[in-house]
Amino acid sequence: MIFLTVGHERSFDRLAHALDDWCRANPAIPAFGQLAALGPDGYRPTAYDWQEFLSPAEFTRHFEQASLVVAHAGMGTIITALSLSKPLVIVPRRGHLRETRNDHQMATARHFGRKPGLFVAEDDQALTATLDGIIARPPGGNMQKIGDFADPALIESLRHFIHAGRGR
Amino acid sequence: MSNNKEAGNRNRLKPLRILAISSAGGHWVQLQRLRSAWDGCHVAYVTSKAEYEPDVMEDARRREQRPPRFYKIIEANRWKKADLIRQCAQILAILIRERPHVIVTTGAAPGFFALLLGKILRSRTIWIDSIANAEEMSLSGQKAKSFADLWLTQWEHLSGGSGGGASPDRDKPDYKGAVL
Repeated sequence: MIFLTVGHERSFDRLAHALDDWCRANPAIPAFGQLAALGPDGYRPTAYDWQEFLSPAEFTRHFEQASLVVAHAGMGTIITALSLSKPLVIVPRRGHLRETRNDHQMATARHFGRKPGLFVAEDDQALTATLDGIIARPPGGNMQKIGDFADPALIESLRHFIHAGRGR
Repeated sequence: MSNNKEAGNRNRLKPLRILAISSAGGHWVQLQRLRSAWDGCHVAYVTSKAEYEPDVMEDARRREQRPPRFYKIIEANRWKKADLIRQCAQILAILIRERPHVIVTTGAAPGFFALLLGKILRSRTIWIDSIANAEEMSLSGQKAKSFADLWLTQWEHLSGGSGGGASPDRDKPDYKGAVL
């Protein structure tokens, strides 16, 4: 099962459409999409089931049940995938296509794309090739699972700052 | 301060009040990864998604922390000016009610407002820029600089540096680590 999520802020037609095309060519692999508010002109996939929004509990359930997650390059999704050690394909939203306000998702993809189990597809064509590759050779269990908390040094710096105000 | 014992007693009687605020989604996920930094404090969470409330309550119960307070504010972004003003007013009301000693945020708009207003109300403030901003600090993060007592990036190459170099660059944020 593939789980597609584009975050809750805005839809991502290019990705929803690209996965729809791929699913039509690969009918044996079921998929489910969380597409955010589509509006009257938004792309409505027909080759997989989808909803605009999911509750946090439903979102977690879909995430856990999926064998592969396909998503925009949002940090919430990336952190969730790393903490559940779930293989993830990210397609960055682009600023010039007005999919987000700038190209920060490209930067995210560049900086996180090298982690094991994380795949970057820079555009819709690359997505097809990436998905075909993953289906042919599923990623092994080499993903590192991250813990529940941030870098201990950061936590300690914050704790120190929070309590340092005491003496004043 | 007369002696340490007295200070210790005072600490126990009056716990620190922390207000942890962010928009929903990735900013919230990052804020949650920092939560052990304010263990033992009285915490109020502020975000734009009501569905997060059971998560923080369950987490506090599981980790034997005092149940936090939870405030839902409206969602807003730069394209919805009227909503931004309403959101800002909601945050002001919450700050007046909570009077936090420390405000901590991972962004974006709600965190900026909270730091701006929190400075006026004499809270101490922390901005942790989202890890998504790997090549330049977010716009709200840059604007938050004047209102942040602790102003952090999660990318060392964006920081002003502290060790090694001759003098740290004060126009750039500090780096103390990342949520990952």
